[in-house]
Amino acid sequence: MSPLWDWDYAWSILPDLLRALVVTIQITLLGSLVALVLGLVIAVLRRARIPVVDRVLWALVEFIRSTPLLVQVFFLFFVLPQFGIVLSAFVVGVIGLGVHYATYTSEVYRAGIDAVPRGQWEAATALSLSRSRTWTGVILPQAIPRVLPALGNYVISMFKEVPLLIGIGVVEVVNEAREIASETFRPVEPYTIAGLLFLLLSYPASMLVRRLERRRAAV
Amino acid sequence: MPPSSSTTTAEPMIVFDGVVKQFGDNVVLSELDFTVAPGEHVTLIGPSGSGKTTILRLLMTLEKVNRGTIHVGGKCLSHMDKGGKRVPADDKYCREVRKRIGMVFQQFNLFPNMTVRGNLIEAPCRVLGLSKEEANARAEELLELVGLSGKIDEHPTRLSGGQQQRVAIARALAMRPDVLLLDEVTSALDPELVAGVLALLRDIGETTDITILCVTHEMGFARDFSHRVMMFDRGKVVEDAPPSELFTQPREQRTRDFLRAVLDRH
Repeated sequence: MSPLWDWDYAWSILPDLLRALVVTIQITLLGSLVALVLGLVIAVLRRARIPVVDRVLWALVEFIRSTPLLVQVFFLFFVLPQFGIVLSAFVVGVIGLGVHYATYTSEVYRAGIDAVPRGQWEAATALSLSRSRTWTGVILPQAIPRVLPALGNYVISMFKEVPLLIGIGVVEVVNEAREIASETFRPVEPYTIAGLLFLLLSYPASMLVRRLERRRAAV
Repeated sequence: MPPSSSTTTAEPMIVFDGVVKQFGDNVVLSELDFTVAPGEHVTLIGPSGSGKTTILRLLMTLEKVNRGTIHVGGKCLSHMDKGGKRVPADDKYCREVRKRIGMVFQQFNLFPNMTVRGNLIEAPCRVLGLSKEEANARAEELLELVGLSGKIDEHPTRLSGGQQQRVAIARALAMRPDVLLLDEVTSALDPELVAGVLALLRDIGETTDITILCVTHEMGFARDFSHRVMMFDRGKVVEDAPPSELFTQPREQRTRDFLRAVLDRH
């Protein structure tokens, strides 16, 4: 009988798992970029309170938040091709995660924007600053540092949600582990290593976020 | 020197014409008419809630009138001329008119994400189109005027309230406004810092020809700084007179009651 944990076997599958980890990280980073930029755009547009735009954005945000991410990913991957829009699994992963998380980051940004005192807006008006300069020079530089920890936490959760893309065949860590396990009938090592890889990245990342939080609190 | 009331032949700097402002059912200003001559210093006094601050906020376009019009330097704040027709003012027009008006707030409202220098050169560079060098020179000159030459690279949060308010005054002056609005600028300061800021304002009043509208509870300052004092109550002007008259022999009972209440406090 082979032992429960076989080191030689573990080492032999590590390179494949690491390669898949790179894909996971790529999707996380690109997805975060989408989530951070789109979330900011949504937050700023909603603050402008343009009647129709505001209703549309509100409905969109509520819709995306109220439906499972997996359904959205399936929709992008299986339904859009029916309308002639064919996206690779990787791109669907980035867009799906990015847009989904944008609805959450937009709320985070909103909280940060609301926390900037009204007097700052008024001072900007009194100095005749343009609307765009008021945002980029006065409001956002005060709002964003406050919410960096919260944004960081969403990036970490997104990282841990990438394995959901197994549903559309993206070869990220867990999918790779599953393939290895099904070929070798040895599930212990691949899944354990997959889990450890997530832990190894998530834990330091959340420590970093916590430090950011403490630094914000100290200011 | 102060323009006396006899020199009103010049076009007034500020004109309120039938201005009504209400928040919900609460009428803050009712049918308000008054004018302010160029270079005149007018102090608005009255109990809280009488609409004094609202007047400054309307002038700064932080609030909109419900009825009536306000003109600053001959330009209407709420409407503009477009192909001979009177249409609601757009963003660009508003900014253009606003450039001539500066405001100093009770809570200073300096930008904490910028240094003192940043606060002072931001609008001159971005709005007036000054070069960095010009704006910096102007900032240094103004900091010297307000007595804070050494603080140009400090962050506002590291300054005392009095120092922050001096920077805020310098920031407003950096735009070379025709009209300066002072909204209870010493109310948030520790008592020992008030005198310095008031002395600075007196200095500015004497050395410039800026039209100044001032809301304050400092009656001593109102007396020697203003050319005219307007007493407000419930959105109306109760009395409008030079300080020498209003403070020594007020005509209205309401003014007498208010002054007695305020002076008792000190």
